Amino acid sequence: MASTRKFQLPFDRNEAAITWRVVKSSPMTLAGAVIAVAFVVLAIADVVTRDAILPYNPYALTTQLLRPPSLAHPLGTDDLGRDVLSRVLAAAPIDAEVAFSVVGVAMALGLLTGGLAGYRGGLTEEVIMRVTDIFLSFPGIVLALAIVAALGPSTLHSIFALVPVWWPTYTRLARAETLSVKSQQFIDSSRAVGQRPSYIIGHHIFPNIFPTLLVYATLDIGNVILTYSILSFIGLGAQVPTPEWGLLTVQGESYLRSYPWIPIAPALAILVVAVGFSLLGDGLRDALDPKVRGTFG
Amino acid sequence: MGEAQTLPAAGGGEAVGFADAVLTIKGLVVKYNTFRGELTALGGVDLNVRRSRIIAIVGESGCGKSTLGLSIIRLLPVPPARVAGGEIQFAGKNLVELPESQMTRLRGTGLSMIFQEPLSSLDPVYTVGDQLAETIRVRDERLGKPSYGPFRVTPAPEESHRTASRLLGARLPRPRVNRKYPDEAIKALREVQISDPELVATKYPHELSGGMAQRVMIATALLEKPSLLIADEPTSALDVTTQAQVLELMRELRDEIGASVLFITHDLAVAAQIADEVVVMYAGEIVEHAETGQLFSNPMHPYTEGLLQSFPRKFKDEEKLKAIPGDVPDLRFPPPGCKFHPRCTYAFDRCRVELPLAKEVSPGHRVACFLRQ
Repeated sequence: MASTRKFQLPFDRNEAAITWRVVKSSPMTLAGAVIAVAFVVLAIADVVTRDAILPYNPYALTTQLLRPPSLAHPLGTDDLGRDVLSRVLAAAPIDAEVAFSVVGVAMALGLLTGGLAGYRGGLTEEVIMRVTDIFLSFPGIVLALAIVAALGPSTLHSIFALVPVWWPTYTRLARAETLSVKSQQFIDSSRAVGQRPSYIIGHHIFPNIFPTLLVYATLDIGNVILTYSILSFIGLGAQVPTPEWGLLTVQGESYLRSYPWIPIAPALAILVVAVGFSLLGDGLRDALDPKVRGTFG
Repeated sequence: MGEAQTLPAAGGGEAVGFADAVLTIKGLVVKYNTFRGELTALGGVDLNVRRSRIIAIVGESGCGKSTLGLSIIRLLPVPPARVAGGEIQFAGKNLVELPESQMTRLRGTGLSMIFQEPLSSLDPVYTVGDQLAETIRVRDERLGKPSYGPFRVTPAPEESHRTASRLLGARLPRPRVNRKYPDEAIKALREVQISDPELVATKYPHELSGGMAQRVMIATALLEKPSLLIADEPTSALDVTTQAQVLELMRELRDEIGASVLFITHDLAVAAQIADEVVVMYAGEIVEHAETGQLFSNPMHPYTEGLLQSFPRKFKDEEKLKAIPGDVPDLRFPPPGCKFHPRCTYAFDRCRVELPLAKEVSPGHRVACFLRQ
């Protein structure tokens, strides 16, 4: 008894170990975690080694045109003789960059503005929410197109264009969550203790609404990649020789009947990453919930 | 304070001096704007709370008990509610007019409140120890003490860092390992009769029982050392045995740190057990205010009488419990004159037109009823 008690003592519980146990407990979450980690590791490794880890140079043209999948080219080659697998893998960094920056910045902005609007109420809320309404009143794609067209096509500009489209959703979500957290008694309790509003927002509101936003963000990663691919398709995102999943898919589209591996491989990559992150998101919500963690601690 | 009068035997001195008053409320009027019209939740409340006294505020649901408590600490939901008049004197300041920033400084140092549902009063994402440490941090900040230094236990790492490390699953500095809650927090938990406080400090609120959570809330109050604690039905959600423990703790709070407690309850038995004085409220007004023994042995106001008759007493089975006839008046359209007259068996003509004001009928016993004047 004494020894088990000792184990539970505050000072030597390992949070990471608990997280791992929660994630491990569900095969779906585990799958999501594997996909997400693989995606991130691949993206970083590819940038660091400058494409050296890829089986072929993703830009090199060869005479092996439109070859079906084989041992030499597991996903075949495209109309210019480039290895499809290498091109799909080489697209990971650029898609990771766009997806994480857009979702990350949108989430940070949403958390701040939404938390503030929900907690302060009154004029602050009115102003912030009407501004989100203005942004939401544009069709997202049109707004992004307008911005990126004005700035000129590039990956960075695509991020600049997508963030204004993305943040209002997070603000609305954060505000709604804040309203429900705010009505709970521990906020009143905290005020009764004499906490300043800034502290309450930072230390009571944010930690309580963060899991919800995080889950939404992981579901959203796939959406960002898809929208970015639309920008690329129109010619305002990634530029032609650059491997990018959306661009690869739309470029290969005309070969769907005759040489299906060319469009399907990058499309599958989008699908796998999107599904992987949403599975991970579900698991993370559990992992962040003290109630669930308790049963694994 | 400051007077030569010391305070050992709390409430020993009978002189109701204003110098002794922790809180003085004069003519407090609180109104709520509802969709169907404005209602007067508090219609001119006068109350004087002395040092080291436990004052029970009793009354039916909707009589304004909680509104009174919340308006003192200024946690009323402000858009529907508004203070329409009167003043609340506390620590030499009129709380009604105090700017919010100063009010924030006052809450938790001089003035504190605990709520009815202990489990929802604790933030679900922090451990008990974290929340107590937070209270200590706020208090020390107010007192001008630095929250770091060679003689202080390092403050617990911020939640955001832990969240980040959880997400990364990093082996990095192992957040919980060097984590220690301030000794004072552990001590406060021990003081509220929590066995194994080191373990309880690491628990999240959902792992506690209602009684434990309420004791944690009281531990918070102990740490703040307020001169006035407003307790809004702190025992209503608890079973009888934990109720008794919590009441005992309240009494210790009074005796050890000389705090006054405004104990809001609808349970007369609880009031009788804990309070030094009892305030009876009806329809937003104080109808009777007396020493506990006085009030229970010699109720002066017909409403108090009715309340006592509707409450079971020890094994007196010859009497049937009597309910007070009628219903609480709609506060949007209160009856003219005494608000209790439609339900009062003694009502006469004057009651229907004129509002009786509270008068001191015997030392320390104030009643708002024409029968006694």
